[in-house]
Amino acid sequence: MAYDYDSSIRPGKLPHIWCPGCGHGIVMKGLIRAMDTCELDRKNTAIVSGIGCASRLPGYLDACTLHTAHGRAAAFATGVKMAKPEMDVIVCGGDGDGTAIGGNHFIHACRRNINMTYVLMNNFIYGMTGGQFSPCTPTGDKASTTPYGNPDPIFDISKLAIGAGASFVARTTAFHATQIDKLIAEGIKHKGMAVIEILDDCPTTYGRRNKFRSVVEMMERLKDMAVPVAAAAKLPAEKLEGKILTGILHQEDKPEYTAQYAEVIKKAQGA
Amino acid sequence: MSSPKGEVEIIEQYCKGCNICVAFCPTNVLEMDLFVVKAAKPEACIACMQCELRCPDFAIKVHKKEA
Repeated sequence: MAYDYDSSIRPGKLPHIWCPGCGHGIVMKGLIRAMDTCELDRKNTAIVSGIGCASRLPGYLDACTLHTAHGRAAAFATGVKMAKPEMDVIVCGGDGDGTAIGGNHFIHACRRNINMTYVLMNNFIYGMTGGQFSPCTPTGDKASTTPYGNPDPIFDISKLAIGAGASFVARTTAFHATQIDKLIAEGIKHKGMAVIEILDDCPTTYGRRNKFRSVVEMMERLKDMAVPVAAAAKLPAEKLEGKILTGILHQEDKPEYTAQYAEVIKKAQGA
Repeated sequence: MSSPKGEVEIIEQYCKGCNICVAFCPTNVLEMDLFVVKAAKPEACIACMQCELRCPDFAIKVHKKEA
């Protein structure tokens, strides 16, 4: 049987607003499958987002959703989790929303290791606001604000998350559709901050400025870029140039923030 | 051995013609017809689900059926 996505989507919301070939739809399918795998009760699941193309995702899902200020998704999600620790909290956002405008909220949510799942769709650019370069636009690539090529080095989001203290970090691409739901499901099951970075394609504002002739070409590039972590360990360093590692990059057991905070409340109340 | 075949259902009003499904179908079941996908060779479908998994627009459903 075909997969039943319809029961997770708000009636009358499709077709969605994303451009032809935008990978966010593939990620949304993966997120729905992951929520089904983990048997999340939609009435007890908060999906939080900021502003941007990727942040439109929760609006289509039939769950408790919160569409907030630009970059502030992690901050609002932290609030939801602190007020209702029994809820499952999932954050959706893009690279501009999560690592530039909301960079500070992102690293501090990682540092606190609060129990939530951050699905970060990295499409290398600000899509909705007009194709400005983001901290993830590869050096030399063109954006509407860098017509002669972007001089900035990029953020490696996964390394940033590991460095900031997230206890589960994984990465995949929109091409690897079956891996998306597996990694998100692992992240949901993990107790602590789980960051799942999904490399995505933006044919409209990134692809057409950077000589990608079609969506399929962008998808093929994502496929060629990805090297699974286990395979990368056996490859010489020169073969990994320009590649990105996919799979679970980091996982550890660390004290979780809401549990730690419950201890503080107990102490303060003299128990 | 008879392989399980699939029946491709296309929801035309959702399709935006991105061509992902056409490019990744291993048996060339699908093709573009004026920016909307259509199942040109439905009998060749092997129900691998590649198109359903990768369709960003929720426009393709593959129903597996026993041959």
